[in-house]
Amino acid sequence: MGAGSQTLYEKRVSIYPRSVQGRFRTIKWGILALAYGVYFLLPWLRWERNVGPDQAVLFDIGARKFYLFDLVVHAQDLFWLAGLLMIAALLLFFVTGIAGRVFCGYFCFQTLWTDLFMLIERLVQGDRVARIRLDKSPLSLNKVSRKGLTHLLWFMSAFWTGLTFTLYWENAPQLLIDWFSGTAPFAAYATTLFLTATTYVMAGLAREQVCTYMCPYARFQSVMFDADTRIVAYDVGRGEGANGRHKVTRDLKRQEQRQQAGAGDCIDCGYCVQVCPTGIDIRNGLQVQCISCALCIDACDTIMKSLGWGESLIGYTSEKQAAGQPSRIWKPKTVGYGLVLLAAIASLGWSVSHQAPLEMSVVQVRQPLFVRLSDGRVQNSYELHLENKTDRPVNLVIMMRGLSGAELDVGRLQSVSLQPQRSLRVLARVRWQSGHGLKGSRSFVFNIVPQQRSELGMISSPATFYLPGLEY
Amino acid sequence: MSEKKSSSQSAVQTTGHAWDGDLQEFNNPLPNWWLWSFYATVVFAILYWLIYPAWPVGGSYTKGIMNNITFVDGEGQEVTMHWNTRALLLKDLQEGKGALLSQEYMDKVAEASYTDILGDAEMMAFTRSVANGLFGDNCAACHGAGGTGVMALFPNIADDDWLWGGSVQDIENSIANGHLGFMPGFDGVFDEQQLDDVATFVLGLSGHEVDSSATTRGEHIFNSEAGGCYYCHTKAGSGLKSQGSANLTDKIWTIVDVNAAEGIEAKKALVKQVVTRGVKREMPHWSDRLSATQIKLLTVYVHELSGGQ
Repeated sequence: MGAGSQTLYEKRVSIYPRSVQGRFRTIKWGILALAYGVYFLLPWLRWERNVGPDQAVLFDIGARKFYLFDLVVHAQDLFWLAGLLMIAALLLFFVTGIAGRVFCGYFCFQTLWTDLFMLIERLVQGDRVARIRLDKSPLSLNKVSRKGLTHLLWFMSAFWTGLTFTLYWENAPQLLIDWFSGTAPFAAYATTLFLTATTYVMAGLAREQVCTYMCPYARFQSVMFDADTRIVAYDVGRGEGANGRHKVTRDLKRQEQRQQAGAGDCIDCGYCVQVCPTGIDIRNGLQVQCISCALCIDACDTIMKSLGWGESLIGYTSEKQAAGQPSRIWKPKTVGYGLVLLAAIASLGWSVSHQAPLEMSVVQVRQPLFVRLSDGRVQNSYELHLENKTDRPVNLVIMMRGLSGAELDVGRLQSVSLQPQRSLRVLARVRWQSGHGLKGSRSFVFNIVPQQRSELGMISSPATFYLPGLEY
Repeated sequence: MSEKKSSSQSAVQTTGHAWDGDLQEFNNPLPNWWLWSFYATVVFAILYWLIYPAWPVGGSYTKGIMNNITFVDGEGQEVTMHWNTRALLLKDLQEGKGALLSQEYMDKVAEASYTDILGDAEMMAFTRSVANGLFGDNCAACHGAGGTGVMALFPNIADDDWLWGGSVQDIENSIANGHLGFMPGFDGVFDEQQLDDVATFVLGLSGHEVDSSATTRGEHIFNSEAGGCYYCHTKAGSGLKSQGSANLTDKIWTIVDVNAAEGIEAKKALVKQVVTRGVKREMPHWSDRLSATQIKLLTVYVHELSGGQ
């Protein structure tokens, strides 16, 4: 590698995004307020339940239960999480195919937190020009205090973000007290500090580099793009005219003057570049760094409105639309994604609304697999795992069906009383005289029947009875 | 902004030295993030040495500061010592969340009667889960993990045949006080004919098809002073739980595997072997090794292996 040769390492160029106001910025502030409102306040929402904690959303790992308002998710329901992830993935495919990187620009927590950190930066240090000046100025008390205050506020935001995350996993008010009195679980401290660090580094320091270099979604979303996908784009024909963009000068002031001189509508003010959080120039076309945040649209619209030339020099369009061709949203691809998405949502919804109120699983005791009894019969033992997912106690009677003449013995338990949201293991013994020279495995069924609460219905679970080959 | 060009990156820096005219050394310093991470690990290590036990000093070691752990040792003494994982474990076993919950159940079971425990699904589930560990630690070495024992040596306690009684009181007594199972050998007492007759009679007790005249002779030996077998096995052959003598009328054999033998002669040979050699088995007592509650848990566990009596 000689001097002057190309290097694979590119040093980051500092970006000082300028603030902007407009349609999309307002929408984005709205989404940010909603998302933050939900994220930071949800753990504090109390909820009345017959049994269980009084926190509306609580992921109780110790008790293996997730509480979501009136829904209690048990360990067996964990496949719902897979369903949720599938829906999220399909939704991403669907939306990205139609409207491009909407997730990146409006909803991604990297974007939301970077917005917050930039807001703090702006409030403390001023807008773009002031920040550039401050960075270039020599070390002074003013510089140190402004920079210090920025980082302090960043750190506090990051810390509260991390702490809030841990509040979802324990009783929030108690955990908060424990956290600061030093008696919280180690996992709470580790999680808080880890998320504080990642939030601070990602939203404060790394910013657009996360989207450009680290994020896998950013890369594979481009696969879902096609010529009909909505993208943020610069209207080259209008902006460049016949002879390219041109600054506003005395001779090129009014639109008619400019059109006669062949100058486009773009006055090359650079506002769209200054507001870009990833530091690109949208006029160079669609680029991998673009997160579709639409702030350049707001910037350009502000200028165009003030000039009275009409908006949308930069705007949402599609490749086909920009080329003057008709553009469709509903194509086999988007319809296909839409249908699969609807099917996934419907099946998850069905599964959640039809959560079994009682569960039973049967495990045969395998050590020993069978025992011979003094009267020549064979005994197999089973562990029945019974779970009551309702919020009222239930009495269960254990029965069996399918082995004629077999005896079921559950000791002296007349019925098994199960407290709400509790599970129990019960040992059941089955004794059977084969009598017909049978050997090997025979199938039968355990039934549990709820007493009084007949609306719960009978639950069945298959089991096998093992008969040893040896004859008496 | 998208065109990032900077002269400082395109040229590789050198240390500025030149040897033999043109031999230069590239200057590629470690990235700052790497360097500062390294410094951070150094600081961490020093703090660690202060807080945790770290350096060997002669026959001892530095104990660390402000890291005392207080726990109750095996003798009930409160001990305070420097941080170590064993003390941490002992403390957790006494004061941890799981330990306290377990203790709560343990106290409940300790106070409950056998009838209460056997009729309560929750206490039964707790008993089974705790006693499974106790059984594995203390009993499984002889009786096997599932309680099926070893033929001739350790009885099967998962079946419904009880030498010393299968009620909870009997089982508790067996575990707490142990047993000495003894049957004298009749080698030299019986002649070959008598031995054969007794064995025939014994097989007949459990429903085997046997020669009736030999059975009659055998019964006479069994139930008279000639053999005296009925002292322990009773005249009906059903055994006495006070003696731990086997019930000969059922299909369970604990010394020789009569069920597995093919043909009546082979079965008879096995029975004769027991009569000739006698039996001596011992189970130790556990009252001074296990607490009363532990014995209680094991009693319920063993009782439930077969359903008890």
